[in-house]
Amino acid sequence: MDTVKQIREGHVRPASRLIRDIEDKIPSAKSEIKSLFPYTGKSFIIGITGAPGAGKSTLTDAIVTNLRGRKKTIGVLAVDPSSPFSGGAILGDRIRMQRHVQDPDVFIRSLATRGALGGLSHAVGKAIHVIEAMRKDIILVETVGIGQQELDIINHAHSVVVVLVPGMGDEIQVMKAGIMEIADVFVINKADRDGAKQLHKELISMLNAAPLGPKDWRPPVVMVGSLFKPKPFAENIEELVLKLEEHYLYLRSSGKMIERINRKITVEILDALKANILEPIVQKLDESGDLLDLVKKVKSRKVDPYSAAEEIAHRFLKSEDK
Amino acid sequence: MSDRKIRVMVAKPGLDGHDRGARVLARGFRDAGFEVIYTGCHQTPEEIAAAAIQEDVDLVGLSCLSGAHRALFPRVVELLKEKEAADISVIGGGIIPEQDFQALYDAGIKAIFTPGATLESIVEWIKTNIKPRA
Repeated sequence: MDTVKQIREGHVRPASRLIRDIEDKIPSAKSEIKSLFPYTGKSFIIGITGAPGAGKSTLTDAIVTNLRGRKKTIGVLAVDPSSPFSGGAILGDRIRMQRHVQDPDVFIRSLATRGALGGLSHAVGKAIHVIEAMRKDIILVETVGIGQQELDIINHAHSVVVVLVPGMGDEIQVMKAGIMEIADVFVINKADRDGAKQLHKELISMLNAAPLGPKDWRPPVVMVGSLFKPKPFAENIEELVLKLEEHYLYLRSSGKMIERINRKITVEILDALKANILEPIVQKLDESGDLLDLVKKVKSRKVDPYSAAEEIAHRFLKSEDK
Repeated sequence: MSDRKIRVMVAKPGLDGHDRGARVLARGFRDAGFEVIYTGCHQTPEEIAAAAIQEDVDLVGLSCLSGAHRALFPRVVELLKEKEAADISVIGGGIIPEQDFQALYDAGIKAIFTPGATLESIVEWIKTNIKPRA
């Protein structure tokens, strides 16, 4: 049975090996991903993001449990940061999700960022496609702990959950751009802690002040309490999943789903163009010694980087205008 | 330009809850440039084997300080074989008496590192003996 067929039938090992080949940039992975592509685009993708320590993995685990109760099949991609010094990584998200490891309808895969700066890894887009080809209904993508700027998740997910915890800064934090703007659903996690009510008030204030029209989606705020009170915790998670369902229905009825899908696809095309145009040019320049030569020239101010780039572009690309 | 990284799982099978050693190893492996999937304590051999396959690791490192190694370590090797993943190597460490080493080697454990083994020697062993598939 060839790899693509095996993956479409849900076989774990070939799927995980292909994801690894994608991460490691093995040339054979390219043709396999191309063969898989027609079978992608059918899963619903939920991004889970928030600061380090906010409880994303535990929340992801609870969402998986809830969705399994609804008979959904699930993929999880959990991303952790690579060390900028050694290139290694400790991928520790799945420790919170091990209860699902023997469930054949849940596929959990850990990824390291390997230098990518947006909160995810370069391989995430293609890894999502592999899991889509496995015919999983829903894919949860958990980013690394992010600050205010790592927003790559919006290029991959249909819905984004932003997880906050009380005590992480004052109301000014809540106003800042970036992470606060990408949320489709807010979760205040560990809501039994001091400051939860205050954070909730500040979030609601911020949302009230936002210029949302009557047809716009107003991100709900879901309080999730202590993991150690299982019954209320499960109720909170049920509420979260219901809000995600509502968002899904909103996306479909408002036409926003099409917008988001178009954005995802555009980004994917741009990334592929970069890989096929920019990277080979840089590699050629590097191999021929031209790049090092250029570095020396720019350093001594003999040439500026902008003119150099124009000349290189003209040299490598057929262009009508000079 | 391929960039194969060694993927290692560090797991503690059975009821032993002393994970400090395992965590030190996980950090040491990260500093050596490996990607380490740390699955924590209280894992059954079935859970470890299933996770190792989902994560496409090259190596599983089992840590056990409670004396259950004779039962649990070979079980992991067996399960990987059953699931057609015998190419995933398994090594062990913890409190393991020397007289048990041969039985573990016979069961397919590739190496055993007990207290006194340096982090460097373990990393060196991995770099020499574990080659991710081409």
